[in-house]
Amino acid sequence: MSEIPHLLVHEHADNVGVVVVEGLTAGTEMLCCVTHDNSTFRLTAGADVPIGHKIALKDLKDGDTAVKYGEDIGKIIADIQKGGHVHTHNCKTKRW
Amino acid sequence: MSSKYSNVTVKAYRRENGRVGVRNHVVILPVDDISNAACEAVANNVKGTLAIPHAYGRLQFGEDLELHFRTMIGTGANPNVAAVVVIGIEPGWTKRIADGIRETGKPVAEFSIEQNGDFETIRAASWKAKEFVHWSTELQREECPLSDLWVSTKCGESDTTTGLGSCPTVGNMYDKLLPEGITGFFGETSEITGAEHICQKRAINEEVGERWHKMWKAYQDDVIFAHQTDDLSDSQPTKGNIEGGLTTIEEKALGNLEKIGRTAQYIDILEPAEAPKSGKGLYFMDSSSAAAECVTLMAAGGAVIHTFPTGQGNVVGNPIVPVIKITANPRTVRTMSEHVDVDVSGILRREMTIDEAGDELIDMIRRTANGRNTAAEALGHREFSMTKLYRSA
Repeated sequence: MSEIPHLLVHEHADNVGVVVVEGLTAGTEMLCCVTHDNSTFRLTAGADVPIGHKIALKDLKDGDTAVKYGEDIGKIIADIQKGGHVHTHNCKTKRW
Repeated sequence: MSSKYSNVTVKAYRRENGRVGVRNHVVILPVDDISNAACEAVANNVKGTLAIPHAYGRLQFGEDLELHFRTMIGTGANPNVAAVVVIGIEPGWTKRIADGIRETGKPVAEFSIEQNGDFETIRAASWKAKEFVHWSTELQREECPLSDLWVSTKCGESDTTTGLGSCPTVGNMYDKLLPEGITGFFGETSEITGAEHICQKRAINEEVGERWHKMWKAYQDDVIFAHQTDDLSDSQPTKGNIEGGLTTIEEKALGNLEKIGRTAQYIDILEPAEAPKSGKGLYFMDSSSAAAECVTLMAAGGAVIHTFPTGQGNVVGNPIVPVIKITANPRTVRTMSEHVDVDVSGILRREMTIDEAGDELIDMIRRTANGRNTAAEALGHREFSMTKLYRSA
């Protein structure tokens, strides 16, 4: 891949991806890569998101399930727009 | 089936019981907290020895006492240790630990402080320690198959990059080396929460999977639900995990489990600090997810090299086992490179495949086994933390 991706997604079933560059700013036309098969797509970052943090790949609603690794990683507790930052303020464990 | 790793050898120490060690320590081992000072004095007198001070060993009882003995005996018995001087406050428990280590056939001497005082104990123990140093420093490394190594793993200061890069790197290593006959350890009972359905299925058969689930459930019921005050949101994931982008324990657990790769199956479950007895293969050790505690328990179980994926930059080491740090986080490589042994940040840039990263880690295991000091060894990280199950009497 000649261009370095901004966002990595584990599986096609996932609805969140991980920022893998430092200093990502809102409005960036991110190159996104699904690590399962190295397929790529573009998505506009909706916020300044730190490296390692997650971005919603589509609009997510309060009560939805966050999916990463193709698995349930918790519940969405506030609406999130496509491209928005997903973290503890809008996503929570179902375990404790 | 032969692979490019089938005939790889390392230069290591073949011990009396046939196990292979990659370091050659003379350990001065305190039975209890109040014997630390004497052990440290002996280590100061005799260069080339290593005291391992710790916080416990008095008035423990029941399962907690058994774990104490297992950890002490396992640490002394580890093949990275050539010989051991054991010092305790009284002769009974001192002898029990010394005798446990003696079963390996390695030289062990024991001393107790009551009726002697620190001065006399330190004098006598120093003479023995000096004898052990002369003896151990004449031992030679010899050609041993890579497959004779016992390699453990536990990740720390995880973030989302560990699940993308450094944990799958360890998993790839296990996928390649377990079929060659190495013995592997993974664990971190609390951190499997959220991926327990997947972990149970990675057992070699249903019976082992059911025993695993029973062990995991007992931890949930007896530890988490018995002691929680609100929820574990600030402990699992940790503040560092959250800073690194991990939001939930499920997300953390799924990344953690990447360490056992795609094909590896665990063949048995170990108590904390217990040595494997079911032959070569991968074992799950019931263990804390705190870095120093977990590495200490796995070292006591007999692991001679530890592979440690980190995201945000855990700096842990161990007194007797080299801890190899692997990170995929480019910020951690930029800000904390003195702690990093294997940089796999190329995975995030899609410049490096997991397969290539696994090969790099195996090469670092080989070099570490041959004697290369890890970052944690060079920086003097010797964290030794005993796991305690409940209050002493």
